[in-house]
Amino acid sequence: MNDDIIVRAIGVRKRYGTNEVLSGIDLTVERGKVVVLLGASGAGKSTFLRCINRLETMDEGEIWVDGEPIGYREVDGTLHELREHALAAQRADIGMVFQRFNLFPHRTVLENVAEGPVQVKGVPRKEARQTARELLERVGLSEKVDQYPARLSGGQQQRVAIARALAMKPRVMLFDEPTSALDPELVGDVLQVMTELARDGMTMVVVTHEMSFAKEVADEVVFMDGGRIIESGSPGQVIGNPQHPRTRQFLARVSA
Amino acid sequence: MAVDMGATEADTMTADRQPTTLMPKVAIKRWGRALSGVLVVAGVVLLGYSISRGQVDWAIIPTQMTSDTMLEGVWNVVKLAFVAQVIAVVIGVGVALMRLSPNPVLRWVAFAYTWLFRGLPVLVQILLWYNIALIYPRITIGIPFTTVDIVDQSSNVLVTAFVAALLGLALNESAYMAEIVRAGLNSVDPGQKEAAQSLGMTPGQILRRVVLPQAMRVIVPPTGNNAINMIKATSLASVIGFVEVTKAAQNLSSRDLAIIEALFAASVWYMVIVSIANVGQYFLERRYNASTRDGGGSRALLTRVGKSLYTPPVRRAEEITS
Ligand SMILES: Nc1ncnc2c1ncn2[C@@H]1O[C@H](COP(=O)(O)OP(=O)(O)OP(=O)(O)O)[C@@H](O)[C@H]1O
Ligand SMILES: [Mg+2]
Repeated sequence: MNDDIIVRAIGVRKRYGTNEVLSGIDLTVERGKVVVLLGASGAGKSTFLRCINRLETMDEGEIWVDGEPIGYREVDGTLHELREHALAAQRADIGMVFQRFNLFPHRTVLENVAEGPVQVKGVPRKEARQTARELLERVGLSEKVDQYPARLSGGQQQRVAIARALAMKPRVMLFDEPTSALDPELVGDVLQVMTELARDGMTMVVVTHEMSFAKEVADEVVFMDGGRIIESGSPGQVIGNPQHPRTRQFLARVSA
Repeated sequence: MAVDMGATEADTMTADRQPTTLMPKVAIKRWGRALSGVLVVAGVVLLGYSISRGQVDWAIIPTQMTSDTMLEGVWNVVKLAFVAQVIAVVIGVGVALMRLSPNPVLRWVAFAYTWLFRGLPVLVQILLWYNIALIYPRITIGIPFTTVDIVDQSSNVLVTAFVAALLGLALNESAYMAEIVRAGLNSVDPGQKEAAQSLGMTPGQILRRVVLPQAMRVIVPPTGNNAINMIKATSLASVIGFVEVTKAAQNLSSRDLAIIEALFAASVWYMVIVSIANVGQYFLERRYNASTRDGGGSRALLTRVGKSLYTPPVRRAEEITS
């Protein structure tokens, strides 16, 4: 398998009862690229993103991240399902940022960022805190290290959440509508952090409705509808010159 | 309210006046409050006076309170309530986790456990444990398929009054604790678990580091109330002759022929133990309430101890959900 492919999804299907929400998703993400997933509500964007780090199991298909089948171990051409501990180790290399931040409210900002490295990777506490400080500086929050998350604005909380994910030195970062829960004037700071991250070469899969981000930062835009990818390509192609009527409809609505 | 309106009127009428010439304000006269206060204080004074004039031999109470029997009883109450509560918490967490497990057999066993031990009256449970020798005269715990026995003892020796009371109280309480812990675990936003999972934390780490500490905010207040009920419930052990405070009072009342005095002595001791537990509960709740943890630290310790005695836990339960 190509070394430069970080995420490879093959025929991913997912059903909730009789409702098929993912109907065969194929997607590859190359190292250092940013892929933006677009699509109307209910298209299955979140579900697919959550399959990549197996917060959601799938019914069919495979997802490989940096050469490992997520949730499985390959032995002689057969995939054996992993136990929780081994799965946790796989997840440690995949960063995720949630719409509602999900910071740990009982820990300070610094503790939030240092938690993963200390608990999961066994990094010495002092070293982890030093790294956490550097990351928080990078997202512009040096002053807030000792605050509890509840004291921070939504935009600040989301930047802490990004720092927390980065602290694990992930191979890929997944973002599920990271700015949708924010007041409009706070969206810019978060997008700027994400843009810088992309410039620094992080591989990213981003679900967002921020068209400016998709146009300026994405290497590839993927449009999902009804659990399928119906159009994909460069931002210029998909956003600038959409071919599928559903894509046009969707773009007309978000830009209106 | 009235004061506010007055201020608004003054503003509109005299918008051009200088701020230095603000008008004087008159607060509402709260006659009702003053009157009810006076009535309540008078009532309390009268009640106290009538008790002091009743047929009570006040002088004997301190002697009874510090008698060996009573002190032994106090120690036994503390010991019994504490050990029973600790066992109940441990079992309760275990049963709650079983209740939330994906394994249906574990879920069912946990449900049955809660149903049984919560359903039976504690007094009946204590009596059943105390008389277990009628079912099993000997208790033997051995390693299967060997002749090695870890325990082999007559039930009457093994199940003393203390052990019977402990089993009765702890198992009943553990069923309540299981429900409290389950509610606490359910109260934590599922997003917290997902965030921890996405960092690569294992299920055990997620429980210890993320879910339980947050569930504590919901678990601690009712647990404190239950622990205080536990202190009082130890009096049930008197029926099987265990010398706790109530049994001690009964012994003293027949010795000194002073029934009411002995009951007063016991009551004072219960109030002392419960009050100390109240203080502990207050500080425990503060500890697990991260949002208030960094505030109020400068307030004098004594003030906080005082506050702990009259702040009803119910009110704090509302703050938790907000
Ligand atoms: N736990 C669940 N149980 C049942 N159905 C679910 C569950 N989670 C999601 N779905 C359904 O799956 C479909 C896809 O949901 P998903 O959250 O992936 O959409 P989305 O593209 O992220 O939409 P949005 O823009 O609203 O976030 C929806 O129809 C949703 O109702
Ligand atoms: Mg979604």
